[in-house]
Amino acid sequence: MGKKVEELPQLKQFREWFEKRHEYAKEWKRKNGGKVVGYYCTYCPEEILYAAGVLPVRILGSHEPESITRPYLHDMYCPFCHDTLAQGLQGRYDYLDGVTLAQSCLHMRQSYFSFVDRVPNIQWSYYMPFPHGVNNPHAAPYLRSELEKFKSAVEEWTGTTITNKELDGAIEVYNKNRQLMKEVFELRKSDNPPITGLHAMEMVVSSQIVDKKDHNEVLEALLEELKDAEVEREAGTRLILIGSEDDDRSFLELVEYGINYPATFVYEECCTGARYFWDEVRPNEDRLMALAERYVYRIPCPAKDWATGELIRRRFQHIERVIKDYNVQGAIITQMKFCDPHELDIPALRDLFDKHDVKHLTLELDITQPVGQFRTRVEAFLEALGEEDLFF
Amino acid sequence: MEVKVRPLECWNDFKKYRERYYKNYLEAKDKGGIRWAGSAWAFDAIPHGLGEDVYPLTGEPYGATCAFFHDFSRQCLETIERRGVARDLCGYMRNYWGSIAQNKYLLPDGTTVEPFPKPDFNFTIHICCTHAKWYHYAAELEGGVPTYAVDISVGPGYLLDDKRINYVVKQLNDAISWMEKITGREYDDELLIKAVYAEADSMSTWARICKLNQAKPAPLEEKSMFSLYVLNLINRSDPEVAKLYHKLYDEVESRVKRGIGALTYEQFRFLTDNPPPWAFLKVYRYLEKEYGAVSLGAIYTFGLAGGWLGMDEKGEKWIWEPAPTPEEAGVEITNREEALRWTAEYNLRYRASWQHEYSHWIRKLETYQMIKDWNADAIIMHINRGCELWNLSTLEVRDYLVKNNIPVATYEGNMADPRDFDEARTFNVIDSFMQSMGIERISEK
Repeated sequence: MGKKVEELPQLKQFREWFEKRHEYAKEWKRKNGGKVVGYYCTYCPEEILYAAGVLPVRILGSHEPESITRPYLHDMYCPFCHDTLAQGLQGRYDYLDGVTLAQSCLHMRQSYFSFVDRVPNIQWSYYMPFPHGVNNPHAAPYLRSELEKFKSAVEEWTGTTITNKELDGAIEVYNKNRQLMKEVFELRKSDNPPITGLHAMEMVVSSQIVDKKDHNEVLEALLEELKDAEVEREAGTRLILIGSEDDDRSFLELVEYGINYPATFVYEECCTGARYFWDEVRPNEDRLMALAERYVYRIPCPAKDWATGELIRRRFQHIERVIKDYNVQGAIITQMKFCDPHELDIPALRDLFDKHDVKHLTLELDITQPVGQFRTRVEAFLEALGEEDLFF
Repeated sequence: MEVKVRPLECWNDFKKYRERYYKNYLEAKDKGGIRWAGSAWAFDAIPHGLGEDVYPLTGEPYGATCAFFHDFSRQCLETIERRGVARDLCGYMRNYWGSIAQNKYLLPDGTTVEPFPKPDFNFTIHICCTHAKWYHYAAELEGGVPTYAVDISVGPGYLLDDKRINYVVKQLNDAISWMEKITGREYDDELLIKAVYAEADSMSTWARICKLNQAKPAPLEEKSMFSLYVLNLINRSDPEVAKLYHKLYDEVESRVKRGIGALTYEQFRFLTDNPPPWAFLKVYRYLEKEYGAVSLGAIYTFGLAGGWLGMDEKGEKWIWEPAPTPEEAGVEITNREEALRWTAEYNLRYRASWQHEYSHWIRKLETYQMIKDWNADAIIMHINRGCELWNLSTLEVRDYLVKNNIPVATYEGNMADPRDFDEARTFNVIDSFMQSMGIERISEK
């Protein structure tokens, strides 16, 4: 028997990166002398930035109450867009050289516009007209043409030329990161998943904010350790987490470590979870087309997942596969307050879980979470799941 | 300033067209026709090619009509909320979904009929987070209506290039094949071409009408304009709509020449922002009656229904001049490809309300220039909880205008959810603002 999972240095490293993301980026900049670009949404083609020697870091919030964004963002725009702008206004991203957004939801757009205008250290910005819809056959070729413009803009700004060689290098590093995280997720299919949802979130989010080469080294070591690591906790109810940006540790700790009824998230269908890394770039002579296809055909964010002729949601098809492959028993839908794309899917999503006889609980997330209230609700949900015949 | 006033002679023409429009949609099947539903922003010239018996229902104006009739709106909203739909979503959409869920169809005189007339297909665009998903779920509520949404994510008009336009044109081509397949009808390119000409004519003519409101006294006030602009939101590619706008233009031009205004007493000119709270249009009447304040229009009323030049080529200045029609541009449309390209480019380049979704800088310039060009004394902004798209940038615009010495008042409400509006507080805001501007009540003069 190997080390206890909770004591694995790799998981501690992910947590440290998660907590000290700004220190990491500053240190990276000092060591490498490169530029750091903040990106707003996981549709950003990071590989192009990375190929130019730039460190892409996802702009995230801090889950602390704030009010400084109120003059610029509508109150009913989501807490995440407020929280991210607040970080910029408070100077926590004072090391960023640039910021970019691959066109996503309205709230991210507004936060991005204000970030560009109001965070003084931003020297370069790029708004990419990424397709709103990813279920039409013209989206990938169209995105390819936009990637070409993005690449040129990055080259001009950084004074570099991004050749196929650099793109191949970046794609290789990024694909490896995706493969390794997928391998970790594969282990979660077992009856006794070695890692929790909290570990997974810290792993995925840390990959969004550190150099993928560094991340890959730690991931490889983690996979070695997990082969014979000792899992001390009881898995309990197997849950899927559905949501958008679910990087609030307090919530995951509550569900997996703070309730009398054991439960483990076995899969996170969110952009701080599997949606970020699940799909790889497939080799293509045309590197930009390869990237375009990866970003268009990845598991879509609900913002981009809608009917173009056929009444299908590709994300739902993926969730159905996960329910089966990961033996999901319950779903917690964490709805970011005011996030329209997710809210628009919720009635149909509930129907989907009902169809598969997966019980579900919907909770609304804000910048900070009402942990006491959530404890009661999650506890009742898990208790009822444990006594399914009696309560449902 | 005392002003001569006179009712609009073509008012009833617009009213009747709108009544007929909703009735035609309802009765389409009795005549063997086709019904389609979609956003007011859909490329509505496209379904025209399916025949002359094709009747649309655009969702936003329908949602606004529901909101106007408070009680029906409340029933819609509560019905759909009981199905788990979030209360902060688009107000128009919730009224529309609620109407389907109740299986009740609202006519513009406030009467309801059952059942809700199911469309043969949904055809829409997607620019905000809602449009395509609105019709996706509506299709599910109605048992699986075929649905096609066109992605128009190509950025502002002044940055358009061939690849961006082609992306939209290709989807429109696909949409035609799809419509042929699901309706079993052969597509008629001549009807498409006719519709595309009419669309540009309707939108550019509306822009010319809006320009006339720069006159003092203003010949139109915005509350009445809501009943006029709406034809461009329900069926702008119908040549009859274009004709009605020409008729209106002639009348408004004549009013300007004769010094006929909208209000008997005009002492304050202001602009608004965002869709209004449809259930509380009395806000406009209060401003008129109490303060002689005329609402000249808004980037909403002008930009939603009009075709405008918009940003200059350098992206430095907004130009409030009507966009050219094909005739004015010296373009002859002779086949499907040319028609699709024209309608794609016209909408992407000149539809004002699509431009500022890509940058709050555009909206700042657009709003500032309107205030200057229409000689407005101030702007009263509706912080609208019912539409997140129209609320994109509003607070940044407010900040920009204040810094440029433009008086700004804001009130919070909801265009389509009557439960989200505080009437007394709004009047309070108006009174305080007018007092701060030194505008006396007419009764106190």
